Amino acid sequence: MITHPTAPELIDSVIKFIEERAAPNLKDRDAFLARVAVNALGAVKRELEQGPAAEARAVERLRALLGRDGDFATLNAALCDGLADGGIDGSDPAVLAHLKASIIDQVRIDQPQYAGLKTLAP
Amino acid sequence: MQANDLQAALNDIAPELGGQSITGLRRLSGGASQETWAFSLDTGRPLILRRKPPGTGSVTGLATPLATEAALIRAAAKQGAPVPEVLAICDPGSDVGEAYVMAAVEGETLGKRIARDDNFAAIRPKLAFQCGEALAKIHAIPLDESLPPLNRSSALDELAKYEAVYRTLDARRPIFEAAFKWLKDTAPPLERPVMLHGDFRNGNLMFSPRTGLAAVLDWELVHIGDPAEDMGWICTASWRFGGGKPVGGFGDYADLLAGYEAAGGAPIALERVLYWQMLGSLKWGCMCLGMYASFANGTDPSVERAMIGRRTSETEIDLMALLERAQ
Repeated sequence: MITHPTAPELIDSVIKFIEERAAPNLKDRDAFLARVAVNALGAVKRELEQGPAAEARAVERLRALLGRDGDFATLNAALCDGLADGGIDGSDPAVLAHLKASIIDQVRIDQPQYAGLKTLAP
Repeated sequence: MQANDLQAALNDIAPELGGQSITGLRRLSGGASQETWAFSLDTGRPLILRRKPPGTGSVTGLATPLATEAALIRAAAKQGAPVPEVLAICDPGSDVGEAYVMAAVEGETLGKRIARDDNFAAIRPKLAFQCGEALAKIHAIPLDESLPPLNRSSALDELAKYEAVYRTLDARRPIFEAAFKWLKDTAPPLERPVMLHGDFRNGNLMFSPRTGLAAVLDWELVHIGDPAEDMGWICTASWRFGGGKPVGGFGDYADLLAGYEAAGGAPIALERVLYWQMLGSLKWGCMCLGMYASFANGTDPSVERAMIGRRTSETEIDLMALLERAQ
């Protein structure tokens, strides 16, 4: 992969442009949307950096939990179906441990400052 | 309708509002289903107009007719709940359109300021108790023939409604699946149906830094159901705005429940509030996915709509904490 610049570096440059050059010229709803855009870029950057490892860990847990192989989408769908029809027990500690680890990884990408993250992963 | 036409239509009803003419008409905000306008009477009294945009049908199918909303605000006032005075209700066929006019109330509605700003520090410890009192008064509105017909919804009805939304969107969210299952398995029956505000949360309440709760706003989701539904919604974690406390980010469960009982509300168990708080997180999570869907299908291509889809995970982490607690 190209490293000069890396994808996260490109994202940082766009965040800096929006915050320092574009946003000061915007008002009202557009100023608000500029802040949302910066947040979106932050999530994209974190997903690039943390997403692949988080998904690999989730697939590993799902394989152990379901006793079968497959990609993330297939295994996650199987878990959802099992939880919905009762074939998988949502109160099983191994299931809960997987759900908890997965959502901690996801919120670290989406909203690392969210108060609920500190509650679950102090 | 242009602002000029609305100005003329409001001038025509000024005598009904207690003046001769109106002035200073300006648009405050407008969603797809509601417009809000501010103006003053010639006497100087500041007023608010809530109006359905002309030419729109029911956008979500959930929206309450504005005349019903206004009737409920008046019924809540009769019970002593803090609400704006409703001065006039306009028919869909009138020049103003489907609308009502109410007195403007001074105060703060931005959830983050109420939960965190220094100027609310002194009054903040009283707010949860006041919210409990207001809910007891709203829940005391008699369910009789004098009110327009309203939806009645149990926990299972609410779950069915939001599960249908979730299934339509074809998102695969295992925490939602586990939460739907747990909430269905433990759903409390609708033993004591009461009049609910339906959207009682930090952000829809006006607070004064000196006196606290000044007015309960945004009555468009009013319906009949379990009294703990309103209490759970104001405790739902997405409405805490970075404040550390469970009730709206500003208060404690015990104060909310104590205020409710002090104002004559029948005691409600904390467990039941926590049940509805969990249902609240699930409901808001489904709404986040639904708003993202309006981005994905091109209805609203804004970055805001796209990013709100990423708020779904905050509801999942809150659901996870409640699922763990429930074991």
